Amino acid sequence: MTEVLAADRGAPPVPPSVKGAAWRKAGRYLALSVAAFIVLFPIYSAVVVAIQPAQALLKWPGILIPTDFDFGTFGEAFNQGHLGRFLRNSLIQSSLTTVAQVTTSVLAAYAFAFLRFPGKRWVFYAFLATLMVPTEVIIVAQFQIVSDLGWLNSYAGLVVPFVAWTFGTFMIRQSFLNVPGDLRDATALDGYGHAGFMWHVAIPLARPAIAGLSVFSFLYAWNQYLWPLLVADDPNVRTIQIGLKSLNSANVDELNLVMAGTIIAALPIALVLIVFQRHLVRGLTAGAVKG
Amino acid sequence: MQGTPAFDTGGEEAGFGRKKLREIPLALLLLAPSLLIYSVFVFYPMGRTIWLGFYREDPFGGRVYAGFEQYADVLSSSDFRHSLWVTLLFAMITVGFGLVFGVTLATLAHQRIKGVTVFRTIFSSTVATSVAVASLIWLVLFQPSIGIVNQFLKSIGREPVQWLLDSSTALFAVAATTVWQNLGITFIILIAGLQGIPDDLYESARVDGASSWLQFREITLPMLSPTLLFVSVILTINAFQSFGQIDLLTQGGPSDSTNVIVYSIYQEAFQNRNAGVASAQAVILFIIVLTLSLVQFTFFERRVHYAGGES
Repeated sequence: MTEVLAADRGAPPVPPSVKGAAWRKAGRYLALSVAAFIVLFPIYSAVVVAIQPAQALLKWPGILIPTDFDFGTFGEAFNQGHLGRFLRNSLIQSSLTTVAQVTTSVLAAYAFAFLRFPGKRWVFYAFLATLMVPTEVIIVAQFQIVSDLGWLNSYAGLVVPFVAWTFGTFMIRQSFLNVPGDLRDATALDGYGHAGFMWHVAIPLARPAIAGLSVFSFLYAWNQYLWPLLVADDPNVRTIQIGLKSLNSANVDELNLVMAGTIIAALPIALVLIVFQRHLVRGLTAGAVKG
Repeated sequence: MQGTPAFDTGGEEAGFGRKKLREIPLALLLLAPSLLIYSVFVFYPMGRTIWLGFYREDPFGGRVYAGFEQYADVLSSSDFRHSLWVTLLFAMITVGFGLVFGVTLATLAHQRIKGVTVFRTIFSSTVATSVAVASLIWLVLFQPSIGIVNQFLKSIGREPVQWLLDSSTALFAVAATTVWQNLGITFIILIAGLQGIPDDLYESARVDGASSWLQFREITLPMLSPTLLFVSVILTINAFQSFGQIDLLTQGGPSDSTNVIVYSIYQEAFQNRNAGVASAQAVILFIIVLTLSLVQFTFFERRVHYAGGES
């Protein structure tokens, strides 16, 4: 998959020789800018609300253009909403999920890509079958199981049900399948067993896929809502998403406080995405564009 | 589709059978973590959900077998039918608008002009928002007295609307939030699809003097149709699984106008303590999502064949 956000992709520019090329170019920038304005407007609006004192919002156009500033709201939201603790909880929950998911995916993918064993096809179908079962469908039974295990309000309850992910296994398997057969023969001559081959050859070659899966898993775990709402009510394990819900219900009338909290909650994942955008885009489009 | 081995170590045909058996322990070891998790947290809960769906909670905390009667009751209950209808409506609105906005953004950004990467980054930016973040942002936009949407209506001389408190607008407000939140992923998939269309198709159309609109209608749309189908299925499945935005914005109200299936399951199970009814509803949701996934898989297979045939 090539980089879809790269500048050299897309319809060719209008050559300057064409009549009205300058106007057309200006029109394109105008259309792009209008679209960008619409997409970003909600985010802009959140910032405008967050950086002003509550009274400033009541007077038009305070909600659209800042008329007064109060950056203290961020600190207030952070302390009052215990956002530091919830962010830390989310970081632990998402990191654990990511590490575990990547590990199980790499192991299973290795078996699918490099090993021969009877019933492989059926195991593969079992993996496929899990893609057909959305969490929302089995949430009641899953909740009972986690509750029977005594895992409510624990990281185990938050993380363990999600540590195997077929999407991840297939993504890694796909990249293992691209490892040239010659390499396997060469490494076999060097006396590598499967463990050595996996660690020194297959995993390094699959690094882009592993990076893509890591970003994807982290994002997915971080953004979970329904499951953490059910199993992690205790502030000691409550994730930031549910922390936002509590912040909102405790301060319904203080829009600036709620928006400041929302921005604080959104920032870490925005940073992750800015840094790892390339990997994420590759992961997202790998499934969609080429089988 | 089934795990084709990546390579054949040549000249081993004779020993194939033995080799196949020799690798069993290693394969089991590598697959065990995933299979264990799937058994305990996917397959068993799925079976348990089906089982629970046949039972009713009695007032003393026990279970009474109800069999298919439970399904008959659920399917004939006006509340559940209403939920199904609301979910369907929600899916149609979010998928329809999602596609229109997604295609518009992708088409605009599919140009080789200076600075276009900045726009592409902006258009994909909502992938960074979680459902909670998106919902709270839009909660403020829709705020009845000072929210920007009503301020705008006021400025053009229209009456303000109680977006989230009026049963005729609440679903649209929740849908707007959802469309915005999904815009990033929709855009990324669609622009990747656009970039898969060969340039020379447009070049020959331009030589023939075809207008931009004609090129869009006769080349872009047909060539993009597999991607469009893929995005529609993803967005539809998303719509059927929506929960967070409902929980944060409307709690299923006002008067059940946003009570989508997953929210209804949540209420039955965790507020009304009717695990049986909730499970029966979940099984019905499962059948719907399964049908949609099968459509996706059939399409996926065909897509792979096309891709293989071209190269």
